[in-house]
Amino acid sequence: MSTRTDHFNLLARVLHWSMAAMILAMLFIGVTMVASLHLRPVLIDLHRPLGIAILLLVLLRLYNRLRHRAPPLPADLPAWQIMAAKASHWMLYALMLAMPLVGWAMLSAGGYPIVLWDGLQLPPIAPHTPLLYTLLRTAHSLLAYLLFATVLMHVGAALFHLWIRRDGVFQAMAQGPEKRGTEEVNYK
Amino acid sequence: MSLFGHTPDGQGPRTPRPSAQLPWLALIAAILAVAAFAFAWLAGWIGRDRLTARHFADTIEAASPDQRGFRRAHSKGVCVSGWFEPSAQAATLSSARVFSQPRVPVLGRLSIGGGDPHGADNSARVRSIALQLTADDGQQWRMAMNSFPFFAVPTPEGFHEQTRAQVPDPATGKPDPQKVAAVLEKYPSARAFQEWAKTAPWSDSWANTRFNSVNSFWFTNAKGQQRAVRWHWQPQATFAELDADARASVGVDFLSDDLQRRLADGPVRWNMVVSLAEPGDAIDDPSIPWPDSREQVVAGVLSLDHMQSQEQGACGQLNFDPLILPSGVRGSDDPILAARSAVYSQSFNRRERERATGAVAQPKENAR
Repeated sequence: MSTRTDHFNLLARVLHWSMAAMILAMLFIGVTMVASLHLRPVLIDLHRPLGIAILLLVLLRLYNRLRHRAPPLPADLPAWQIMAAKASHWMLYALMLAMPLVGWAMLSAGGYPIVLWDGLQLPPIAPHTPLLYTLLRTAHSLLAYLLFATVLMHVGAALFHLWIRRDGVFQAMAQGPEKRGTEEVNYK
Repeated sequence: MSLFGHTPDGQGPRTPRPSAQLPWLALIAAILAVAAFAFAWLAGWIGRDRLTARHFADTIEAASPDQRGFRRAHSKGVCVSGWFEPSAQAATLSSARVFSQPRVPVLGRLSIGGGDPHGADNSARVRSIALQLTADDGQQWRMAMNSFPFFAVPTPEGFHEQTRAQVPDPATGKPDPQKVAAVLEKYPSARAFQEWAKTAPWSDSWANTRFNSVNSFWFTNAKGQQRAVRWHWQPQATFAELDADARASVGVDFLSDDLQRRLADGPVRWNMVVSLAEPGDAIDDPSIPWPDSREQVVAGVLSLDHMQSQEQGACGQLNFDPLILPSGVRGSDDPILAARSAVYSQSFNRRERERATGAVAQPKENAR
């Protein structure tokens, strides 16, 4: 039985899977709410508090990620895949942080009240001007498409590790270390 | 083959044989394709015959002259400002702060119906007012009211059919009368609306026009009691008719000229009159007016004392989305209300982009 951590810690795993559900929901809520003639009121009431929740959670997640070493990738993984994994993970962090902030600033620049729910409002964080609103509104869409594309690549890569390489990379995020040695995963 | 199996280092073959990998690769590709397809469909990028907010705004643009930099509906108007003073009864209706605060600052916009930002006031049957009340706790109430007493159609789909019928036929440069007739045939409320437009007298000023919230809302008071309501702004100025002959002789900007003259003498005022629904009243259908016998409560008085052009004033950069509401007020399930919110957002995004880049519609010199 190994004492080494070859899995993400419990907080990282809980944050990963809960935020995965929230972010996927947000991406689908976002595109639907902009297009739909019927669902905008319901969806926008979900979109804003969920976005601020993601902003708070990603701060906690970054703190945890910087304090705890991530499990190493398998030694035989090709260099380009290691590069792609690292780049896409930092891209995901950057976008998780940027999307809520851009959304909040965008509403400020459009002169909208930033209502989280009945009676609770956030202050504006940007001046109310057409140019800034237009830039931020465009950025919010483009970054959302980039985030969705990155999430798809991430899911594709995770499933590739799970079903093709079968190297335990998926399990490092999916489950904790098993206590009874025989199935212990070790990348060394 | 297990979905979640894996082999630790050094214990047997790591990956399936290449031939056995194919079904797994196909499964991964299928999962990603389904997610991408669903995203694109919900965004309105595929299945383009589906009616989306973007599609609706495009139809309005096709039915209108150059609107760049202006609202896509009720494009011509002026910015106004003033204040709202709630009545003593207002707080019994809703816990909204604007109903208990002595004096609430108001930004607003008075406008005419139609999509021409430089249209003629004397040809516009419909007039409208939009308001933003900002309470001292920072909460906002934005609302948009019209001079018609009920909406012409009950659904966004009907609204889109009506708008599409107004798109000029390329052959004649005018709307196709057959398409217009088909909408009237399909929607009884559209025929009733046409009857209202033909017979109701025109007033000679914004200041003596009654503006109606044809959409319903829910008020919640401090005791938690909820009531479905509609409201209208009843002018304090006396009604004076502008008949067909008078309309032919007034100028294309007579409404703003008139307002300017009136404001020189002091504020113009409207009473906010709230109607309370009775069981059986149409709450989610704006094409059905409520009977005049409904209990009415005067919730306060609006006073407007300043006017500015919409290019210079604050209203040009505001989206009067009627679903921006304070605590104590919420929207009904009226589908027109949801559609207004969706299309106003499109309109706002487009005009802010145009204003930011300076691509703004100019008045036609020969039309003035």
